[in-house]
Amino acid sequence: MNSFAHGIEIHTPDGVTFSLVLAGLLRRFSAWLVDQAVVGVSLAAFSRLFIPVVTLFPDLATSAIILISFLVSTGYSIVLEWFWRGQTLGKRLFRLRVMDEAGLPLKFNQIVIRNLIRVVDALPVFYLVGGICCFISKKSQRLGDYAANTVVIRIPETVAHRFDRFEPEKYNSFRDYPHLCARLRQLVSAEAAFLAWDALARRNDFVDEARLRLFSEIARYFRELVQFPEEATYGLTDEQYVRNAVGILFQPAVPGPPLSAHVPEKNSGR
Amino acid sequence: MIIDIKRFIDVEKPYWDELESLLSALDKEAFPRLTLAQVRRLYYLYRRVCTDVSRLCGVSVEPELRVYLESLAIRAYGEIHETRNRALRFNPFHWFFVTFPRTFRAHFRAFEIAAFATLLGAVFGGAVILVDPGAKTILLPYPELQQNPSERVSEEEAHAGQDVAGRQLSGSAFYMTHNTRVSIYVFALGITWGIGSIMLLFFNGVLLGVVAVDYIRAGETAFLLGWLLPHGAVEIPAILVAGQSSLVLGWALLGWKSREPLKVRLRRIGPIVVTFLLGVTLMLVWAGIVEAFFSQYHEPLLPYWVKILFGICELVLLILYFSLLGRPSSGSDVRVPSWGRFE
Repeated sequence: MNSFAHGIEIHTPDGVTFSLVLAGLLRRFSAWLVDQAVVGVSLAAFSRLFIPVVTLFPDLATSAIILISFLVSTGYSIVLEWFWRGQTLGKRLFRLRVMDEAGLPLKFNQIVIRNLIRVVDALPVFYLVGGICCFISKKSQRLGDYAANTVVIRIPETVAHRFDRFEPEKYNSFRDYPHLCARLRQLVSAEAAFLAWDALARRNDFVDEARLRLFSEIARYFRELVQFPEEATYGLTDEQYVRNAVGILFQPAVPGPPLSAHVPEKNSGR
Repeated sequence: MIIDIKRFIDVEKPYWDELESLLSALDKEAFPRLTLAQVRRLYYLYRRVCTDVSRLCGVSVEPELRVYLESLAIRAYGEIHETRNRALRFNPFHWFFVTFPRTFRAHFRAFEIAAFATLLGAVFGGAVILVDPGAKTILLPYPELQQNPSERVSEEEAHAGQDVAGRQLSGSAFYMTHNTRVSIYVFALGITWGIGSIMLLFFNGVLLGVVAVDYIRAGETAFLLGWLLPHGAVEIPAILVAGQSSLVLGWALLGWKSREPLKVRLRRIGPIVVTFLLGVTLMLVWAGIVEAFFSQYHEPLLPYWVKILFGICELVLLILYFSLLGRPSSGSDVRVPSWGRFE
């Protein structure tokens, strides 16, 4: 298992390597706040329910309130993480999950240890010790995670078919050069490809100046990777250049006449 | 590798959905059970998703898809490759009569160190109060303990338990939760290689020493024993067992004379630590009940010798419990667990 900037890699005995995205500090803190709110609200509601009992049986009611407050505040995370496999309400809301460092399911003792060492992580206030440890740790582990061999990961959202959001491709001058298209697919990093796609999908959200600057930079990146001939790029705006490149990267070739029979027209972006 | 992403997703998505729904069903159950056919299907789907991940490795597009598939595959991997028993098969009788005392003995050295730290603190606190009685105000942060021992004894004996009448249940709950919180702190400070725990145990010992010497000097030894022994006979050992668990954790972190990697050491001590903590909780529940319902009643309502005898009996039973129970009978192949032993 290796750790990288925001995640860890797990090498399985089957020879497959997986990477898990670690949860960020802010997201974890937000999940903790939600959990605290849930605990606080449930205890307040419980105390209100016990008001009539306090009048009739003050000793019994006080002892019940003391015990239940302790059990809920201490056991909330332990019970939920055990039954929901590493998740509490806050973690579910922020798509986080506690996992064994080796990618295996959590054991009960790991959950107990990580949650009891929380009292040291929470020192002196607002999880300062735990926060500093997370910040320093390569795997974003607070002391409890370190002792229990656990990590908190971010669960990715289910991927929808994004192709439906693209307009059908009319004409892409880059496709006339399949060897350059293949080179482009080979050289572009996954992150850059997604960034370009995202920029196109959100083009209407940008103000004009920012949009022009953004597409200029992305187009320059693509141009540096692969040089398409002038006849393929003549008259293309930066945005259209990016649109063509993204089309090459994400969409399969549109079946049509053989390339030899196709004469590209100048000044045609699509 | 060049693949038609759209076609790839169209073909493979039903398998991903099936695997996801299978894993979600597993997630919903704390103790899931799969049929052989389901296990085989799970394994097939896992291998298929692994293949899909490998295919996407050579493609520069769809990083989100890859992340999603990896998260799916890792969840399935965890289910398939987990060799440890997930089900919490907990037999309370076996745990109480065998596991807890046996685990205690296996790590007795840690208990000795915890006891020594407390004793050292008690000697220190006692010595300080003997040399400088005025230090009591500094060493005892609790106002109720600042009172002159003889005055307190006269007040307690005059009340004859009326001051605690009708508050036993809430008092019991308070003692239980307060002491359990202290034990959690003692254990959690094991993460400081046990140094923090030893300091806390030492401080606890200082308080005990100061109170003990203060009452003995005032000639209130019988009251002191009658007041502290009934619940202290279980409560103080419980705190020491919490210290024992923290030292086991600290020892695993240090890994002195161990060839095992840190992760393996920490993995090994997990069940030991949880056994200790469960035992501590049980002991403190008992101590809380005794403290609220028994310790707070004094003479003339309850003779001191009865309370002292009760405390001594508890202590003897506790010693017998820890030293005798869970020992393998002659000819039995049951062995004391040696893994992660604190030596």
